[in-house]
Amino acid sequence: MRPEALAALVEVLEHAPGNPSGQHRWAREARRRLDDARDGIAGLLGVEPGGIVFTSGGTEADNLAIRGVLGASGGAALCSAIEHHAVLDVVHASGGGTVAVDSAGRLDLDHLADELAADPRISLVSVLLANNEIGTIQDLDAVADVLDRARPTHPDGLLLHTDAVAAAAWVDVAALAERADLITISGHKVGGPKGIGVLAVRDGVELAPLLLGGGQERERRSGTPDVGGAVALGAALAVTARDRITVVQRVEEQAERLVAGLTAAVDHVRPTVPARSAPGVANIVHLSCREVDSEPLLFLLDEAGVAASAGSSCASGALEPSHVVDALGVAPDWAPGALRLSLGWCTTDDEIDHALAVIPAAIAQLRPTAEPAA
Amino acid sequence: MMSGGVDSSVAAALLRDQGHEVVGVTLKLWGGESDSGCCSVSDVDDARRVADALGLVHHVFNFGDAFTEHVVAPYAADHGAGRTPNPCIECNRHIKFAAVDERARALGFDAVATGHHARIAVRPDGTRRIARGADAAKDQSYVLHMLDQEQLARTLLPLGGMQKDDVRALAAELGLRTAGKPDSQDVCFITKATGRGSFLDRRIPLTPGRVVDGDGREVGSVSAVELVTVGQRKGLGLAGGGAPRYAVDVDIPSATVTVGSKRDLLVAEQPVTGLRWSTGPVDGRLLVQVSAHGTPAPARLVDAGDGHATVVWAEPQRRVAAGQSVVAYQGDEVVAGATAT
Repeated sequence: MRPEALAALVEVLEHAPGNPSGQHRWAREARRRLDDARDGIAGLLGVEPGGIVFTSGGTEADNLAIRGVLGASGGAALCSAIEHHAVLDVVHASGGGTVAVDSAGRLDLDHLADELAADPRISLVSVLLANNEIGTIQDLDAVADVLDRARPTHPDGLLLHTDAVAAAAWVDVAALAERADLITISGHKVGGPKGIGVLAVRDGVELAPLLLGGGQERERRSGTPDVGGAVALGAALAVTARDRITVVQRVEEQAERLVAGLTAAVDHVRPTVPARSAPGVANIVHLSCREVDSEPLLFLLDEAGVAASAGSSCASGALEPSHVVDALGVAPDWAPGALRLSLGWCTTDDEIDHALAVIPAAIAQLRPTAEPAA
Repeated sequence: MMSGGVDSSVAAALLRDQGHEVVGVTLKLWGGESDSGCCSVSDVDDARRVADALGLVHHVFNFGDAFTEHVVAPYAADHGAGRTPNPCIECNRHIKFAAVDERARALGFDAVATGHHARIAVRPDGTRRIARGADAAKDQSYVLHMLDQEQLARTLLPLGGMQKDDVRALAAELGLRTAGKPDSQDVCFITKATGRGSFLDRRIPLTPGRVVDGDGREVGSVSAVELVTVGQRKGLGLAGGGAPRYAVDVDIPSATVTVGSKRDLLVAEQPVTGLRWSTGPVDGRLLVQVSAHGTPAPARLVDAGDGHATVVWAEPQRRVAAGQSVVAYQGDEVVAGATAT
C-alpha cells in the first residue's frame, strides 16, 4: 500500500469514526472526509462528484454497472472475451455474449459492430481499459465510435462500461475513458486497501441498485460507507496520478529489462503479446514458455521468493487455465507455460535482478534434460 | 499428499516431527460435483488449515485433465464394456504415484508421502514390497499393489504401523481439525445424491437388458446392463421368494444378464491379465484378494506369460467381476497384482 493511503486510512479510523449519514459533529467529520475523497477521485476520473459510487471493490462495481444498467433500462449486455470474471460471468449470467480479440488482445471492432447489428436488445457494452493478465490497452474511442453508429437501432439505449481496475495506476483514465459511461476502479490496484472500489457514473445514467437499505450513495449503493477505505483510495489515486510519469518510465525500463533478460537467457520463452504490437500498461510482463507448465514453475518461483501468477485461481486455490490466453489463440505448445510477472511502483532494480537469476534456473530445472534443437 | 482427511493430516505431522522438510499438496482432480474424497473445496480448506496448524507450506495442484483422461473416462468406458473398474486404483496408478510423483521429482523432492494404511517391506536383497498395514480393518495395501520398485523407493507411508484409533487420537492431541472427520468411502467424483447410474448415463449409452436364468428363460429385466456387476443380487427385477439369485454373467452385446444360485457363481479358476510380480515370480500357495476389503483365499498363480495368468483357487471361489484388481499376498506382502478378465 502507498504510505499516503495507509496514513489516510489510519487518520480516519483514529479521528473520524462517525457514521457519515448522521446528524452530529462526528458524522460531519466523517462526511467531510468522504466528500473530499469523492471530489478528488471524481476529478481524477473525469466525472462529476455525484457520479462516484463507493463499493466493496472492483467486483461489486462491475456487477453494479452491468446489472444496474440492465435492471434500470432493460436489454442485454455484451463484453470482450478477455474481461475479468467480474464482468464476464455477469454478462454470461444475464444471457449476453462476448466479442473476439486479436492475438494481441485488441477488440475486434468489426465483430463488435456485427454483434450490435444482430441484436438490438443490447443496451450495454463492457470493455476493459487494460487487461489484468496481458496488459493490453483498448482503444475506447474506437469502441465508442462503433457504439455511436449502432445506437439508433438500440431502443433501450447503448452504454459503454469499462473496467479500469488494471489500468488505473498506469494510464490517465480520465482521458482514455472519456467516452465511457461507467468506469470501475479498485483500491488495492492503485496502492490503496482491499475491500474498496468505485463505480464512476456519468450524469444521466440510470442504475438499479444491487443492495437496498439506507439509500446511501444516492440510492445506488446502500450500506454505511467505508469512509477510511474511500479516503485511502482517494489518497492512493492522487499520489499515483502525481507520480505517474516518473513511475511509468521506471517500471517500463524494469519490465523491458526483465523481458530482454529472460528471453535472452532461456530458449523458447517469448512475450505472449509481442512488444509494440499493441499498447499495454507498463507493469505487466506476460510470457509464454514452451516445455514448462505454469503450476510447477510457480511452485519453484514461490520457493525462491518470486511471487508470480499464471491463469486464475478457482475456489479450491488450484490454478485454472486462463480464458484470456485462450482467447488470444496462443499455440497449444506455448499456452500451458503462461507466466505473469507484475511490477509495481515499489519494485526495485534488485528485485528485477533476483527474478532474472531465479526464473531461468527454475525453467531449466523443470524442462526435459535433453534440450531440443532451437 | 494431503487430502483433507485425518490420515494424511497425521502422516504430514509425523513426517514433520521426523525432521523431513515437508510441503503439503492437495490435488484438485475433479471439477464437477463431489461429496468428498479428493475433490471438494471444503476438503482443500481442511488440508490447508491442517498445514497451517503444522507450520507447513501448502499448495493445490490441479491434475484435473490427467484425472479425467486416466480415471474418469476409463471408468465410464469400462462400464460400457461390461467391466467393473476400481477408479481409486487407477488414480493411484496414473495420478498419485505417477503424475504427482513425476512433478515432485521435477520440483526437487526426494519422496512422496500419503496417509494410506499400508507398509513398505524392504527385503534382504534391497527390493521392496507393499505390505499390509498394522490396522487390518483399515489395510489399504490392495489399492497400492501396482507400485513398482522405483515408486516404492520414493514413497513414504508413515501410518503403516499405526492403528486407526491411534491416528485419530494423535490428531486430537495435535489439535488438528480433521481428528473426528469421517473416513471417505465412495468414489470421489460421484455424488451420493445422483449416484453412479446418472453419472454414467451422461457419459455412455445405457442399454435396457433381459435377465435370464441358466436355461435361458427370461426372469426379469434391468434398465441398464452396464450397471450390473457379477455377483450382484439386488436390482435385477426378479420376483420375490425362492432361493437368492445372483448375476453370474453380464453380456453387453446381447444386453443379457444371466442369474444363478450362489453355487453357480463359484469357479475353480479365475483368469487375469496385466499380471505384474512385485519382486519376481513366486511359486506355491499364496493368498489372493479380489476386493479392497475382501477376505483373501488360498490359491496358486500360474503365469502364462505376456501378463496373462490364472488364479487356481484351493477351493472354488466366487467369480470376480472383470476389471477388478486381483492381488496376491505371501504373508502380509503383496507379491503380484493383476486384473480379472
